Amino acid sequence: MSNEVSMSISVKEASDLSDQGNIDRRKPDYLDQLEAEAIYIMREVAGQFERPALLFSGGKDSITLVRLAQKAFAPGKIPFPLVHIDTGHNFVEATDYRDMLAEKTGSKLIVRYVEDTIKAKNLKEPTGKNASRNWLQTFTLLDTIEEFGFDACIGGARRDEEKARAKERIFSFRDEFGQWDPKRQRPELWNLFNGRIHKGENVRVFPISNWTELDVWAYLQREGITLPSIYFAHERECILRDGRLLYNTPVIEKDPEDQIVTRQVRFRTVGDMTCTAAVESSAATLEEVIAEITVSRISERGETRIDDQQTEAAMEDRKKGGYF
Amino acid sequence: MDLLRFITAGSVDDGKSTLIGRLLFDTKNILADQMEAIERASKSRNDGEIDLALLTDGLRSEREQGITIDVAYKYFQTPNRKFISIDAPGHIQYTRNMVTGASNADLAIILVDARHGVAEQTRRHSLIASMLGIPHVVVAINKMDLVGNSEDAFLEIAQTYKDLANKLNIKDLTIIPVSALNGDNIVERSKHMPWYTGETLLSVLENVNVLEDKNTTDGRFSVQYVIRPQTDELHDYRGYAGRLQSGSLKKGEAVKVLPSGTESKIARIEFGGQEIEEATVFESVTILLEDDIDISRGDMIVSVDNSPVVSQDLEALICWMDDRKTLKPGDKYLLQHGTARTKCSVRSIEYQIDINTYEKLDEVEKLKLNDVARIVLRTAQPVAYDAYQQNRANGAAILIDETSNVTVGACMIE
Repeated sequence: MSNEVSMSISVKEASDLSDQGNIDRRKPDYLDQLEAEAIYIMREVAGQFERPALLFSGGKDSITLVRLAQKAFAPGKIPFPLVHIDTGHNFVEATDYRDMLAEKTGSKLIVRYVEDTIKAKNLKEPTGKNASRNWLQTFTLLDTIEEFGFDACIGGARRDEEKARAKERIFSFRDEFGQWDPKRQRPELWNLFNGRIHKGENVRVFPISNWTELDVWAYLQREGITLPSIYFAHERECILRDGRLLYNTPVIEKDPEDQIVTRQVRFRTVGDMTCTAAVESSAATLEEVIAEITVSRISERGETRIDDQQTEAAMEDRKKGGYF
Repeated sequence: MDLLRFITAGSVDDGKSTLIGRLLFDTKNILADQMEAIERASKSRNDGEIDLALLTDGLRSEREQGITIDVAYKYFQTPNRKFISIDAPGHIQYTRNMVTGASNADLAIILVDARHGVAEQTRRHSLIASMLGIPHVVVAINKMDLVGNSEDAFLEIAQTYKDLANKLNIKDLTIIPVSALNGDNIVERSKHMPWYTGETLLSVLENVNVLEDKNTTDGRFSVQYVIRPQTDELHDYRGYAGRLQSGSLKKGEAVKVLPSGTESKIARIEFGGQEIEEATVFESVTILLEDDIDISRGDMIVSVDNSPVVSQDLEALICWMDDRKTLKPGDKYLLQHGTARTKCSVRSIEYQIDINTYEKLDEVEKLKLNDVARIVLRTAQPVAYDAYQQNRANGAAILIDETSNVTVGACMIE
């Protein structure tokens, strides 16, 4: 092979492509590329593990995972159960959607409740302003993994969400205590995923690691997927707190400084009600949501996730403890 | 719109994280709250200046030490292309992390400090880029402002680099004078270097042709999973789920299943349950064959008239990645190639390559962390491979330690 050195790259002439077969009939679209990669990862999970599960929250990222899994194993059913760790503080629209989707895809649905873990383990629930059970999900998740002997858990985390996630492998090894060790991650080369583990350990798998928030929205639009209604603009009574709009629900402890307001809002992410903020919006369709996000100057988690704001390494610390 | 994955190699001292920060900033891909977070963090370190490098160093220990330890991924886009930026550490003790990042890259940006010229780590990063078969290499000669934006200084470093590149396998090389700190020739053309008439860094990233890098000639399909719904209406359905590693396969095409060598024809190709006529490189599809033959995960379906090598003996360049154990002749590992795993033993270490000087070292007894060498392997089952430099996807393999389960080696089959 010669070393062709040039001070600037010239756009290659069409004749250079003459021996390229028919691949050039169309330029690959990035969504096709991301989809093919995610399907490949899903199938590696099915091929390498004995008891995988798909962690499903009712949010748009896990809805995307379910569509990818359907495509990966069609015309067969998705060969693993959907697992939801329910804080009991979820939006009813999201849990209704979860039940509907499990039924529609013929998937087995496993729901485990943080409430039960709190009782069984006599855990102290956080109280006061901004108290959230979100962090307690780790206990329930690890118990659920143990209960069913899951060796792989597929999750919808994306690397663009948060800086600790930007460092995580697609096949992310967890020790027998569910812990992530960011300094000792397995090298992950090419598309050769190493899912070998000892009994009791597990691997968290993130097929949409390389997708951005906009990619997910664009994919949902392209695939014509219906989302839970809270993703679109609607009137809602909210708590206005520190410039953020939280759903006015009894599970959020009120503060004297809170204002109760009714606004037209939508949710950009859907998590636990206690730590997910709404955004003011008039976007009623996927197209309008995409248009709003495209011009937004604030990141998804920065705008809507209260749990990440606490320290600079909040997510890294939670993940080291076994979080999703 | 398509996707380009590029790796940036260099150390913090070369301005690597600043360069990525600059690319994101000048293409308006840093959002308001992210900028505020960087400003907050910059202030808390008392150095006043806004440090764009803080965008990529994601782990607590990295921020504490001010170095990049592991690969970080950043995503941005321009109207022309989407980018996955792979930020890899530059220090020699993190060579394995750079190899990890380089394995999937279409392009490598190698940073050179204009004050120091081609340094030991420039040689090391270039060797890794060449060995991993990254088709496009951009050498960004950074901190041009600190050498008076001198054309002579640039030309001298560029010539030294070209002499070095001649010893390597770099298919497409571009050399650009930049200042990441000031944004010169990153997104905007520099006013300080009117003598430079070539492209800016972003222009190269946006225009480099990645379609022609793909191997579109050798039809290779690794079976990942067998889909057998076993329902009443799909009683006899048997679909092979996998991804085209290279080339393409068509409905009706005669194929061979490896390693057994059994021949058949493609009855049907499906994507997401829908029938398609043809599958091309990197597409994840399901293939159904005309004959009922025994195929399982790890088997490979290939074009009947274009076969890879099928052998139990192979030679490979290896980058050793285990910091706890060495590799020695006689050692046994699992080799993962495509979707197949087989036991293998190390027959011999032919020679080691000094990754800084490119010298061949003979009579090497063992490999330590980050060593690069050519080794001979014998596998328990035949492996259906192509040479890595002709077919990255089907020439790559990893070694797994059977007791720790850790990935300990990156192999490029020759």
